[in-house]
Amino acid sequence: MGEAIVITSGKGGVGKTTTTANVGTSLALLGKNVCLIDTDIGLRNLDVVLGLENRIVYDIVDVVQGRCKVKQSLVKDKRFDCLHLLPASQTSDKSAITPEGIRDIINELKSDYDYILIDCPAGIEQGYKNAIAGADKAIVVTTPEKSSVRDADRIIGLLEKEDLGTPHLIINRIRTHMVKTGDMLDINDIIGILAVDLLGIVADDDEVIKSSHHGEPIAFQPNTKASISYRNIARRILGESVPLMSLEDDKGMMSKVKKFFGIKS
Amino acid sequence: MNNNKQAITIKGTKDGLTFIIDETCSFDQILKELETKLSSSVVDKDHPMVKVNIHLGNRYLTKEMKDDFLQIVRSKNNLIINEITSNVITKHEAKEWQKDLEVSTITRMVRAGQTVHVQGDLLLVGDVNPGGSVSATGNIYILGRLNGIAHAGLEGDRQAVVVAAYMNPTQLRIADLLSRSPDFATEGVYMECAYVDEEHDKILIDRIQMLSNLRPNLRSMERRISNG
Repeated sequence: MGEAIVITSGKGGVGKTTTTANVGTSLALLGKNVCLIDTDIGLRNLDVVLGLENRIVYDIVDVVQGRCKVKQSLVKDKRFDCLHLLPASQTSDKSAITPEGIRDIINELKSDYDYILIDCPAGIEQGYKNAIAGADKAIVVTTPEKSSVRDADRIIGLLEKEDLGTPHLIINRIRTHMVKTGDMLDINDIIGILAVDLLGIVADDDEVIKSSHHGEPIAFQPNTKASISYRNIARRILGESVPLMSLEDDKGMMSKVKKFFGIKS
Repeated sequence: MNNNKQAITIKGTKDGLTFIIDETCSFDQILKELETKLSSSVVDKDHPMVKVNIHLGNRYLTKEMKDDFLQIVRSKNNLIINEITSNVITKHEAKEWQKDLEVSTITRMVRAGQTVHVQGDLLLVGDVNPGGSVSATGNIYILGRLNGIAHAGLEGDRQAVVVAAYMNPTQLRIADLLSRSPDFATEGVYMECAYVDEEHDKILIDRIQMLSNLRPNLRSMERRISNG
């Protein structure tokens, strides 16, 4: 029996879709059967980030409205056999599906997959209500900006009313140099306000944008900071305890020597 | 039975007149007797105003009854009603009174977009995040961080205070007054209380230790029963 996790944020543009794609890819890399569901009806782009746009035949609206079976609508990833995508519709809008419809789909998928990741649209209206309907757990994505933390707080408040347990937090797009100069919230500030468990932190990295552009999730790349972060998040979802990685750039020989001797620079 | 007995006994004290109303006779009888008693007494126009205290005993008067009663007394132009006391109140009034005196303890986070309101005093064990708000008709005590909005004395009690373990509010409101955070980013302060300074007619913030001097009535919990 699989687990359905909704990835949400309230605010738009903080990286829900990128996070869904990369956490899903990382879980698949670890050998899990993963299904990604895009619930952003009308503004789908999870398929684009994964580079699967050209393979879509049916979408989630077709399934909810009974034009095809769930299995028929699933798009298999071009790299893995254990990663599938249930794409959103490009032509309908959020009212084309219902929370009950989504719940039925997820319950059907749970028997075949270990993890079902649901990419939630921005906002707290119908699209959000659809997305969380079938979920067992929630991950909230935020960036170290006041507006996005405010919206994350609002979403966590709404999620607490649902039967989803305490949501987990991913802090995305951290710019170390700006946190240092005090122009961005630091991780402790954010945790202090939101008071939820931290699942992972992801540095702001041009590589992420580049890989989305090419339809290859960055989690494939062996050693960029962002890809390691996403793979760590996947390991934490599986229950491993992985320490947070340092986002600082190690510059020069001295800091390496210091690190070797365990001296904090 | 009661016809021979006086329904209203009038006593003179140094605080004015005290009307002691018999609690067993009918209300009509009281009104009648009040009318005759007050008209029979010779009233000197130049006589100073006399204060009247009314003791109802174990009698309950509805608002309409009270108005009828007051109208008769007021029609005699040198009497003013100082106080009406009764040993009884309705269950509803008693419950409202109890709510006003109660400290409601709530343990939770008040997140953006959420509101918490209580009648009486609020003790919040948890934070109020930016965008969240708490309000109470009485005082607000926050065992946590106040980063949002707090409104004490919602129904106009200017004596109400806001106390927080960490005070960094976006807005503070007490009764009809409002103060907001400055436009530049500020670090909050620990263990502070906010109160209305009547002299300057604005909300001030001071150390928590000053609270017992600022609001002596908060020193013990029985305080508001006496002026309830």
